[in-house]
Amino acid sequence: MLTSGIILLEGSLLSPEPGLIFWTALTFVIVLLILKKVAWGPIITALEEREKGIQSSIDTAHKAKDEAEAILRQNRELLAKADAESDKIIREGKEYADKLRTDINEKAQAEAQKMISSAKDEIEQEKRRALQELRNEVADLAVKGAEKIIRTALDADIQKKIVDSMIQDLSTKRN
Amino acid sequence: MKRFNSKQVTAFFRVIALVLPLLLSANTLVSASTEPKAPVAVSASAAVSATAAAPEEEKAGEVIMHHILNNNVFAFPPFGEVHLPKVVVGGFDISITKHVVMLWLVSAALLIVFSIVGGKYRGLSARQAPTGLSNAMEALIDFVRLDVAKANIGHGYEKHLPYLITVFMFILFCNLFGLIPYGATATGNINVTLTLAVFTFFVTQIAALKSHGLKGFLQHLTAGTHWALWIIIVPIEIIGLFTKPFALTVRLFANMTAGHIIILSLIFISFILKSYVVAGAVSVPFAIFIYLLELFVAFLQAFIFTMLSALFIGLGSAHEGHAEHEAGVAHH
Repeated sequence: MLTSGIILLEGSLLSPEPGLIFWTALTFVIVLLILKKVAWGPIITALEEREKGIQSSIDTAHKAKDEAEAILRQNRELLAKADAESDKIIREGKEYADKLRTDINEKAQAEAQKMISSAKDEIEQEKRRALQELRNEVADLAVKGAEKIIRTALDADIQKKIVDSMIQDLSTKRN
Repeated sequence: MKRFNSKQVTAFFRVIALVLPLLLSANTLVSASTEPKAPVAVSASAAVSATAAAPEEEKAGEVIMHHILNNNVFAFPPFGEVHLPKVVVGGFDISITKHVVMLWLVSAALLIVFSIVGGKYRGLSARQAPTGLSNAMEALIDFVRLDVAKANIGHGYEKHLPYLITVFMFILFCNLFGLIPYGATATGNINVTLTLAVFTFFVTQIAALKSHGLKGFLQHLTAGTHWALWIIIVPIEIIGLFTKPFALTVRLFANMTAGHIIILSLIFISFILKSYVVAGAVSVPFAIFIYLLELFVAFLQAFIFTMLSALFIGLGSAHEGHAEHEAGVAHH
């Protein structure tokens, strides 16, 4: 189109304007200096602080996670240990109880045995003593009888009476 | 598309006034020849424009150039215009032109916006998140800080951060202010972009001098070649120093100017063809499309300028060998 040709031929598109260059430079430098102080400083500081804050938060979270895992592991170990401990205590208790029971049983049996044997001994002794007494009694009676017989030896009747009376005595005594 | 001089804006209102009833299917203003017989109308107007093409186009070109270029008049059609003062100090013409006024408006906006944002950050603890305007600006600042400055300069990027953020915001606001009705694009003037590029040039060279010292800086100019080749290499390297800011200058200026010329040319198609159908179906939608594209370009060019500035500073102050330096330049 002719329009584009005119624009190219115009030439003033590239014409230098020292005034504009001056104003651009001045404006830009002033804006740069003011904004550097007013805006970029605080904004960039805030951004950097936030970045650091986020980084430290992530680090802290990682550390906390590691710590929690360590504690969990420790807890598990402790729990396992406690389990083993309780198992051991129960087992030992059972063993002790078993032992105690058998001991008591044995002791009781021994005691009973001892009592039985001592009772038997006593019975035997009593029996012997009773027999002894009986023997002594019988011997005394025999001696007494003989004495009476000897005293009444002259009379048979008397003797007879004596014997009878003796027997009668015996029978009454026995009763 | 709405930044106009007197002729343009009156013309634009004429188009709007005529397109509106057309769109509402009310043919009271427009005669029967327009809507029902649209193709005929186009061909007819094309025939008319063929005869009157040359003067019309010349006029359009003048109007576009008048809009793009710097001048002493700030026009607010149809309300009138403000004649800006002409200042000459010691033989230097430092008149307050349209683009100077735009620069000052941009600076005022920057100062207001970022004083508010900066003030909010002062009262902000590290655990609080910014909201609203501060949050939006923080996204841009953090982008420049991490993806532009830190990524390209690396170690010691904090020193150049204020410059880079200011350049980014300055160019961005200039570009966006140029898209506001009655505004002008200061970054569409080669003198403005040249000044900014010269700042980048100085920052780059000072960074290079500081990190390499004068000896290292001069050695850099020889590109590590044999002394016999210096007579060729040294001039090339010196030219290389200046091509970077030159590229920055032209890139920003051309991009900003081109977008505006496209928008205006699209609008002028309808005047040249003298057709309301073309205005409604081609000029306005396409101009709106380019306008939206310009919004994107405003951000893109601000980013590219800042990005390349950071890259040049990074390359200048880097402690790597020359091979990487060359590779970096070739890459961009």
